[in-house]
Amino acid sequence: MTDQPQLRVVLAKLGLDGHDRGIKVVARILRDAGMEVIYLGLRQTTASIVAAAEQEDADAIGLSMHNAGHMTLAPAMVAAIDEAELDTPVIVGGIVPEQDIQPLLDAGVAAVLGPGASAEEVAQTIRDAVANAD
Amino acid sequence: MSEPQSSEHQGSGPDYDAWREQYDAAKLRDTPFETMSGVVVDPVYGEGPYPGQYPYTRGVYPSMYRSRLWTMRMFAGFGTAEDTNARFKDILANGGTGLSTAFDMPTLMGRDSDSPWALGEVGRAGVAVDTLADMEDLFADIDLSAVSTSMTINGPAAIILAMYVAVAEKKGIAPDALAGTIQNDIFKEYQAQKEYIYPPRPSVRVVTDMIQYTTGEMPRFHPVSISGYHIREAGSTAAEELAFTLANGFAYVEAAVAAGVDVDEFAGRLSFFFNSHSDFFEEIGKFRAARRIWAKWMKERYGATQERSMLCRFHTQTAGVSLTAQQPEINIARVAIQALAGALGGTQSLHTDSFDEALALPTEKAARIALRTQQIVAHETGVTNVADPLGGSPYVEWMTDEMERQAEEIFAHLDELGDGSILEGVYMGIENGYFVGEIADSAYRFEREVNNGNRIIVGVNEFTDGDDSDKELLRIEAEVEEYQRKRLADVKLARNDDDVARTLAAVTASANDPNANLMPPILDAVKAYATLEEVVMAMESVFGTYVEKAII
Repeated sequence: MTDQPQLRVVLAKLGLDGHDRGIKVVARILRDAGMEVIYLGLRQTTASIVAAAEQEDADAIGLSMHNAGHMTLAPAMVAAIDEAELDTPVIVGGIVPEQDIQPLLDAGVAAVLGPGASAEEVAQTIRDAVANAD
Repeated sequence: MSEPQSSEHQGSGPDYDAWREQYDAAKLRDTPFETMSGVVVDPVYGEGPYPGQYPYTRGVYPSMYRSRLWTMRMFAGFGTAEDTNARFKDILANGGTGLSTAFDMPTLMGRDSDSPWALGEVGRAGVAVDTLADMEDLFADIDLSAVSTSMTINGPAAIILAMYVAVAEKKGIAPDALAGTIQNDIFKEYQAQKEYIYPPRPSVRVVTDMIQYTTGEMPRFHPVSISGYHIREAGSTAAEELAFTLANGFAYVEAAVAAGVDVDEFAGRLSFFFNSHSDFFEEIGKFRAARRIWAKWMKERYGATQERSMLCRFHTQTAGVSLTAQQPEINIARVAIQALAGALGGTQSLHTDSFDEALALPTEKAARIALRTQQIVAHETGVTNVADPLGGSPYVEWMTDEMERQAEEIFAHLDELGDGSILEGVYMGIENGYFVGEIADSAYRFEREVNNGNRIIVGVNEFTDGDDSDKELLRIEAEVEEYQRKRLADVKLARNDDDVARTLAAVTASANDPNANLMPPILDAVKAYATLEEVVMAMESVFGTYVEKAII
């Protein structure tokens, strides 16, 4: 391991979607990769996630979306981060059809992780997103 | 070449004679029960107890699929109530008699389409229902006395059931003529699906009220479909799915009995819903064990005396979680194998997933292929000729016993947690994170096995060539949300606000009175066009809300 500071990642389910299998697995993957994970749980709002990111001094925010709400909710999250004058990168994981990935990136989402991403890819995507945001 | 022989296997003993008598009295489908090559086959092979005999390991009915194939019940719902109504009429016009309704996320969570929580979610994963007016549109021009309707909803189930009763009443149909199922399995919400509103105890009180109400008024309606499907999707093992589901069933039985309903008056209207995953023999063992465990517990622990109370009749859905986004067409093969396991496991109805569901709601073509897949299993493979065709196989019998053994260990744990009550054990297991913890552990173990290559998932960690990116997906447009909000605003303008306020106050008063049944006041409120969320809130003011502790 290097002497880099431990990354702090806030994970949350934004909105009504209750599919939490994926995000819990991701939480353990990131923890195993040496990151500190703050999992906020279900039914979070953009405001509650911004508040947690500020309070926890988060390096990255991970959102999990399985209900086709990503095109509405992910850009709203990025806007809320901007409004709070934070530069925390937002990474979206879950069920995102391929044609939606570029529009999400254009809207300011740092990265999109699809189903089947390996543990290494998940951890590296977070590290890269943090590095690019610095 | 010898002539194909007709095989008239004759069993012996009192079990066989009793089974034979029931089988001979059963009405059979008009089709030859012989192989493709013309070999006439017997309705059952091997030893007793035979299908239809306690503890029903081999099937709930003596003649199984020779009398009636499983119901091919395909789940549908999208957009506005009018959109889904058109799909329903199409299903009925094509000979279907069962409707199965998917609601959108705000409806499932008891939120109206104009709630800030509903943003981006209206009509996306199912149909939006805000008021009785939407329910009227949903079932417009459909004879509710001639169909059976399945409604997949849990947290606000009482309100949706009341709306269904109210729509029927407007058509001149009495509640006792209505047939169908409402999922209404709140325990698995805290354990897996997470679509809860109130804390567990008041939620179970609402479920118990609905069991009482349907026992008195709606004898053809199944008030709870006890569902392991979502537990498995959330990551449990097969044995955990089996055990958690049946334990939830025992808990509802204990709750209803404690509320004063006789076990034989409602247990026969409980039904189950299981997942069918890819490990073929484990799934078949699970289905067989489910029937045996339920029968034994209902008879021995809960003192049921009616046969119907002991029958674990279940719906099966193939495992959505097994579908891969990579090379989605190969999911058709997965679904076929899982559907076959459901048939060999003796399911009463089956939903086959569409191959594109790892990516979005199914397109019409994908949904048709899924239906065709189970039609192939039913009509081409010959597995419907013989009840429990794998019964007697040493491996299958061992697997059945093993599933039962693992489940009994979990029941013993819950019984101990609850100090001799499974109901209290389930409450405790929800409070102390037992269920979500076990499920998350199993999900993570599976993921690690895939990640380190110890478990091969075709197209994901092996055989990955050939994934083309040209995937045709169903898109639901944002106009639905606008339309639905306007519809809700119009209904609110047209209704009598005094009636709404008065009936909602009555709901709150009943929520405050543990001896009252909530169904009658909820029925009055929906008839006054109170919205789903207003009725939810009228109870929430008494019951409070449930917030899950975030456990990784």
